[in-house]
Amino acid sequence: MGTLLRAAWHIALKDVAIEWRTKTAFASGLVFAVLVLAVLFFSRDPTAVSSQDIAPGALWVTFTFAAMLGLNRAFLLEREMRALDGILLTPAPKSAIFWGKFGANLVFVGTIEAISLPLFVLFYDVPVWIRLGELVLVIAMATIAFVAVGTLLSAMAVRTRYAELMLPLLLLPFLVPPLVGGVQLTARLLEGRPLSDLGGWLRLIGAFDVAFVTLAALLFQVVLDE
Amino acid sequence: MTLRESATRIARAGMVITVLALAGLAAVYVRALRYTPVEMNQGAAQKIFYVHVPAAWSALLAISITGLLSILYLWLKDRRIDLAAAASAEVGVAFACVMLTTGPIWGKPIWGTWWTWDARLTSTLFLFLLFVGYLVLRGVLVDPGIRGRLSAVIGIMGMMLVPFIHLTVYMFRTLHPAPIVLKPSAPSLPGVMLVTLMSSLGVFTLLYIGFMMQRYALGLLREAREEELAHAS
Repeated sequence: MGTLLRAAWHIALKDVAIEWRTKTAFASGLVFAVLVLAVLFFSRDPTAVSSQDIAPGALWVTFTFAAMLGLNRAFLLEREMRALDGILLTPAPKSAIFWGKFGANLVFVGTIEAISLPLFVLFYDVPVWIRLGELVLVIAMATIAFVAVGTLLSAMAVRTRYAELMLPLLLLPFLVPPLVGGVQLTARLLEGRPLSDLGGWLRLIGAFDVAFVTLAALLFQVVLDE
Repeated sequence: MTLRESATRIARAGMVITVLALAGLAAVYVRALRYTPVEMNQGAAQKIFYVHVPAAWSALLAISITGLLSILYLWLKDRRIDLAAAASAEVGVAFACVMLTTGPIWGKPIWGTWWTWDARLTSTLFLFLLFVGYLVLRGVLVDPGIRGRLSAVIGIMGMMLVPFIHLTVYMFRTLHPAPIVLKPSAPSLPGVMLVTLMSSLGVFTLLYIGFMMQRYALGLLREAREEELAHAS
């Protein structure tokens, strides 16, 4: 267990370090998120629908697209000069690669979300601070779901010639439950509804997290086998 | 027996089953249109039920079998299992197309709308899209070993996803007719209609088996051809 965690930590650290030095994926992911937030603002009739009404949807669509962009990067990085083979040659257990990538992706997607959230408040004029703690919890739970499935599927997508095309095609159906749950919960939180109103959706995303983190970790080895 | 011979034999058997099933389908049409009473509230539109429900059944059967074969493939690593899973997925997608086109045709006169984001509609739509993705993925992977493993992963993940999507949309809202045949109490469908539906279900299952066998044999033949070419060069 110790070696697994240590190996995973080093792999995650390596990815974060690469991102820290180049900042290309991060910068493009962030600009993309801001663009989506801004474009979605105009996807309504301003005389009939207020921006607050579409705010939860806009937030989650932005998160989904930004996450997808970041997840694509995770293994494309390893494809260049067959870097993945290098990692596979180390004595690190294969599951460490999954957990390492999972951790690095969580950091990457989480950071983009953390920066787009204040921008979202600024653009859409929504009172997030009433229930900020709960909102952060919902975002964290849904992000775990996005990243768990995304890490597995991006490892698969890079093995094809059309990685950028295959990942959204395969990933989006899996994002439906956390995405719909996230939108519903955000809408309720922004209205200041009580916690008892949130139970069902929270349980759904929680169950999704447990099921798909387990499944992705198990199936990841199958994807890496040569 | 060589691979090619066994594939030809399976293809022939599949063809016989398909022809029988198609004859059965014609009989079901005649029975549904001529000898089954018109439903009181829905009128003629209800007749599509005898095609829609069995097509949906075959699609879900096919996709479940793909999921089960995917697990089996990862366990036994037999390439024939992978070919069978792919054959089942392809046939399932075809049946899903029938289901997704007959559904709206019925929905327009009865619900007043071609499409609605109801639990069952949405989950089958996403299932359909996921399995189209499965087939696309198979198409872009060249190495049979990798193709088998990666598509098995999607098959298994897809099976796990279905209940979640269903629950998600159910919590969103639902409009689809409640089950009238597979429910805890006795089926509430009148006897004549039930017989028509059941025979149609049987015919569609047979159709699935016939298609699936032929598609599987085609996959085997393709493998055999590739092997021959590899030896020749």
